[in-house]
Amino acid sequence: MDAFVLSRLQFALNISFHILFPTITIALGWFLFYFKLRSNLTGHPVWMRIYRFWVRVFALTFALGVVSGVTMSFQFGTNWPGFMEKAGNVAGPLLGYEVLTAFFLEATFLGIMLFGMRKVPNWLHTFATFVVAAGTTLSAFWILSLNSWMQTPQGHEVIDGVVYAKDWSAIIFNPSFPYRFTHMLLASGLTASFLIAGLSAYRLFRGDDKIAPKIALKTATYTAAVLIPLQIFAGDMHGLNTLEHQPQKVAAMEGVWHTEQGAPLLLFAVPDEEKKTNHFEIGIPNMASFILTHDVNGEIKGLNEFEGEHPPVAPVFYSFRVMVGMGLLMLGTAWAGAFYLYRRNVMPDWLNKVFIGMSFSGWVATLAGWYVTEVGRQPYLVSGVLTTQEAVTGLPPANIALSFTLYAVLYFTLLIAYIGTLTLMCRKAVAIEEITQEEKNKAQRIRFNPVQTN
Amino acid sequence: MPFESLSADTLGNIYIALLGLAVLLYAILDGYDLGVGVLFPPRNELFKDAMVASIGPYWDANETWLVLAVGLLLIAFPQAHSAILQTLYLPATFMLMGLILRGVSFDFRAKVAQTKKKKWDTCFKYGSLLTTLSQGYMLGIWVTGLRTDLYAQGFALLSAFGVTAAYAFIGACWLILKTEGDLQRKAFYWAKRCLMILAGGIIAVSFLNLTLHAEVRALWLESPLGFLLMAIPVTCFGLLALCGVVLQRLPEADGKGEWLPFALALLVFLLCFAAFGISYYPYVVPGKLTIMDALADANSLRFLLVGTVIVVPCILAYTVMVYRIFAGKSEKLSYY
Repeated sequence: MDAFVLSRLQFALNISFHILFPTITIALGWFLFYFKLRSNLTGHPVWMRIYRFWVRVFALTFALGVVSGVTMSFQFGTNWPGFMEKAGNVAGPLLGYEVLTAFFLEATFLGIMLFGMRKVPNWLHTFATFVVAAGTTLSAFWILSLNSWMQTPQGHEVIDGVVYAKDWSAIIFNPSFPYRFTHMLLASGLTASFLIAGLSAYRLFRGDDKIAPKIALKTATYTAAVLIPLQIFAGDMHGLNTLEHQPQKVAAMEGVWHTEQGAPLLLFAVPDEEKKTNHFEIGIPNMASFILTHDVNGEIKGLNEFEGEHPPVAPVFYSFRVMVGMGLLMLGTAWAGAFYLYRRNVMPDWLNKVFIGMSFSGWVATLAGWYVTEVGRQPYLVSGVLTTQEAVTGLPPANIALSFTLYAVLYFTLLIAYIGTLTLMCRKAVAIEEITQEEKNKAQRIRFNPVQTN
Repeated sequence: MPFESLSADTLGNIYIALLGLAVLLYAILDGYDLGVGVLFPPRNELFKDAMVASIGPYWDANETWLVLAVGLLLIAFPQAHSAILQTLYLPATFMLMGLILRGVSFDFRAKVAQTKKKKWDTCFKYGSLLTTLSQGYMLGIWVTGLRTDLYAQGFALLSAFGVTAAYAFIGACWLILKTEGDLQRKAFYWAKRCLMILAGGIIAVSFLNLTLHAEVRALWLESPLGFLLMAIPVTCFGLLALCGVVLQRLPEADGKGEWLPFALALLVFLLCFAAFGISYYPYVVPGKLTIMDALADANSLRFLLVGTVIVVPCILAYTVMVYRIFAGKSEKLSYY
């Protein structure tokens, strides 16, 4: 393998591992802020217990996100020097703004949020929780702006192969940015919702009879039930935007080899890059045209119109189906869960188990979605401006192979440890009697009537 | 565009100053928490919990200065970023591995069963050590102008131990400030040991440094300002000696002036940094790339400068706020 393939593998590995954690923390931050607000408003101790459990998950997840993110800032220079040399005048300031406005904010206030409860006034602690949530979202804003610019670049000029920024607001708010940002924030909301719901369901499954996991399960399930239709709508809008600006990506997503009218929506197929056709197609006639052009006989440009300029079809095609499939599964689960919780206040055992199984479903959908959009941009690193091949390093392949292996082993171990630790935290939480006498008295004084359970 | 009047030269100087500030703050701030990691004793459970508690609220933000430093290098001097990091690819990878290991161990150790806690403690200590050694090595190779011959390697190894000693020293001073009782007594012992090693390291690195670049030698030994410059090493050793005396006397001072060793360590870091800065300005890679050679497009830098001017003072302000909130002896770690 050469430096190009290895560098791509390594970058894919690093960024795939990294995105798992911000995807959780962006929305989990807002969940924590909500728990903290409920605690402030109702004074009922259960909200603080939910907060305490999830702030520990947040701390662990955030740490993994920070350390895996540091590696990213090194890899631009080590493995993709051409990227910064050619597109750095746009990419640099956007990354710079992310570090300056978001990273310091979240990291510093995280200290207060985690350890400052007894040191600062309550309002400042609530404020710190808010700032951390806002910081993670702001960080997503900048990095998605940069990523979207790489997908749909504008507001720049190219002189001698080097990109120069001309109009910063055009660069930041490039055509695909609003869609990608919304899509990602909703994805984060769903990932965190399913994680909270899944781990709470696991606590119930292990015999936890406290109110905290029940309330957390309810909050998360309702949130997921509301977010998932919004996400499907946002995803559809994002797809239409992609059709307008990157038709070759949509052609690969839908497996359309030759421009056709009334294209079917392929539920399954095996794309064949060599023969430029699909095998074993199962599809709904005219549906793809209908979804993308709102006309059953609408024309969809095929890959034949982008010879040598289109992405590899199979990974984009399959990833897209994994993402959509996972989305539909989430829709079914979330709505079923919300239905039972609303009508009967508990989920049946089978559904509880489904939620446990779906704890990390957000990861699968998010990764699949990112593979669609990132592989779908190939062979370009910055669409129409810089190819991935042009940006690669001249490092000896053996060095990259070594670092790739080390990262792979380390990340695999950490992923196991992360999931294992979350499970262990749930099991520990089951065993702990969390209610103190003081809290009991306080609860009685307030005469809070928790959501009736069982 | 604001800052239109700033020339590329001025922008280059502003950005090298910012980069310098980020590196210096990183070395001091992450320096002490890496140092605490390096000093982590394998067996004493009580010490370990207290040591982790002393850096708990800070380490995340401390590490962010590294992201800013690497980011500024990437943004303002992209050619230097790729030249430095491609040459130092493997040590950089090892440093990142170390940072990942220590960063996550920190959180994992508090949440897992007692039996597994030991493993994460080991990861924390050796992750920190791997990080400090790699950083020192990288600093050494950078100073030689990215040479990779045997002499440069030897110099880099020496620098690796020097930087580790420096971090351990400031880490011990931090512990003197933040802890009490047995652990504090142990920290005095660590600080004295590290002080000796560090002093030796500074002397060795300073002299070898003169053998590396003719320009640097000329600046320090022959230029008319050479005498003034000599004030830096003289003051530096004065401070180290003073610190030695302070460390000897403090245990009997009944809790007064516990901030002194850390403050002195901070000044020593500042002076060492100033010596490096004076030696290698205006190079971003000594002897190879100057600031102007590697500078990115001026308009992009002006755009980023707008945010920097607004945000950096805010960052410094809320960093100070956090240090004030958590001032005094650290408490047992608990998440509320």
